[in-house]
Amino acid sequence: MVGQILFIFIAVVTLLMALGVVVARNLFHAALFLVGVFFGVATLFILLEAEFLAMAQIIIYIGAIATLIVFAIMLSRGMMGKHLGKYNKQWYFAGGAMIFFFGLVSWLLVKMPFAPVSAEAPTDAIQQIGSGFVGHYVVPFEVASVLLLVALVGAIMLARERNS
Amino acid sequence: MDLRAFGEAFIAMLENIGIPEGWVLLINWILGALILLVVALLLAIFLIWFERKVAGRVQDRLGPNRVGPWGLIQPFADALKLLTKEAITPDNADRITYNLAPVIAVFHIIMLFAVIPFADRVVGANINVGILYLMAFGALGAMAMLMAGWSSRNKYALLGGFRVVAQLLSYEIPVGLAMLVVVLLSGTMNLNGIAQGQGGLFGLGWYVLALPAVFVMYFVAALAEGERAPFDLLEAESEIVAGYNIEYSAMKFAWFYLAFFLNTWVLSAVAVTLFFGGWQGPGAAQFPILGVIYFFIKVFIMFFVFAWVRATFPRLRIDQMMSFCWKVLVPMGLALFLSVAIVLKLGLPDVATWALLFVVNIVILVVTLKLLGNYTSDLSRTQNKRLFAPELPRL
Repeated sequence: MVGQILFIFIAVVTLLMALGVVVARNLFHAALFLVGVFFGVATLFILLEAEFLAMAQIIIYIGAIATLIVFAIMLSRGMMGKHLGKYNKQWYFAGGAMIFFFGLVSWLLVKMPFAPVSAEAPTDAIQQIGSGFVGHYVVPFEVASVLLLVALVGAIMLARERNS
Repeated sequence: MDLRAFGEAFIAMLENIGIPEGWVLLINWILGALILLVVALLLAIFLIWFERKVAGRVQDRLGPNRVGPWGLIQPFADALKLLTKEAITPDNADRITYNLAPVIAVFHIIMLFAVIPFADRVVGANINVGILYLMAFGALGAMAMLMAGWSSRNKYALLGGFRVVAQLLSYEIPVGLAMLVVVLLSGTMNLNGIAQGQGGLFGLGWYVLALPAVFVMYFVAALAEGERAPFDLLEAESEIVAGYNIEYSAMKFAWFYLAFFLNTWVLSAVAVTLFFGGWQGPGAAQFPILGVIYFFIKVFIMFFVFAWVRATFPRLRIDQMMSFCWKVLVPMGLALFLSVAIVLKLGLPDVATWALLFVVNIVILVVTLKLLGNYTSDLSRTQNKRLFAPELPRL
């Protein structure tokens, strides 16, 4: 009962924030709404007793990605405090792509049979995730880290001063 | 006095009145949150007095000494003064963001109080991902300062905001690495579990005995995370006036001030929990109330060291600060993490493991200091404008 009320409240707030991301005229405000959305999603994870996912969501999305988005907005010229138009020349293409992906995801959600594994969340979830990363899923995990390393080195190579 | 018995008696009382079980839980949560909030705010008032007194003594002054005995009422007078001042909002400021920033700055710190174990199982939320929780809500602080810096429409505030991101995001890495090493040793991310794991030697088997270099790394990085001298470049008066909070006045400024002191206290409390046994001490397992006393004594000693460092050292230059993080602390942290993981994999008996960990820590610390010393004592480099030029140091 209390859980349902909480869920509805959080879901409504999160959706309103998501709407804010799209309709905000100011890019900085849109980024702040995005932070609100990430926070709402993290709260939903907590309602599902997925503590690890909630914390990872806050660390990665708010602590790193959103901060960098805001930073990039602050550094780019002409975007500070200006109110941007809602539409540009690509709006019909973007709208089409959006409808396509929305349809795809809803179709998948309806078609995909989600078998309930167990109603109880495991108490040692974080141990299971940890041993999963260095045990059964070690290859995908390492591949992902190598990918990130490549991105890191690439970014440094692009940004370094050339003294030729 | 047993705190748990008191809590259970309170719950039984609520249930006897006839309140349904779900609501009893809710009332309990709200009460717990309120207690933590009040403790945090009262602590902040005391901390401000404490830090000013320490700074005064270090700099051969008396510190506050007029209002009340030893100037103890001084922070209340300051708070009253701030309350009565005019709250000025700049004309061009982005109002909602501008007013939200100080709220979030305090909110993220008070959220951190929830996972700190004050005594055995006396903790707001005994969650299994405590360390991640600390990292997650610690990262929100950068967001609040960015919002403040951007919404003030002031170039110095904006510069302060840029520095916030550069400094806090960089120094989160050594802090996180130090926490990870402790997690390796203790085998849990639950902060109460970490404190419980340091109960050897009559409550004195603290992790700092095995991981002194990790503690040093955490301490230095925590100085930067807490925006304290010598890393207080976010509010370097001589360079960017006051940084991100320059346009804030009256109570809105006071909130940032509050967040600053509470942040330092939380960093001290985390340092104590991770490295100095938290509430552990002789007899703390039998008498939980002793744990609270030990915990607060340790945290205040740690806070004193923070205040001492702040009152003693001059400020670093910004390129020195960034280089120190990425070229000294991060490699040191990675080396410590790898070596501790290897030592723990050897499967030696406890005493041998701890002795080996101690030796490994000291070796890594000495090598780091040696490299740093060689590098900085090279006159041709120190006279250069960029002290930490991007070349490898010689041993």
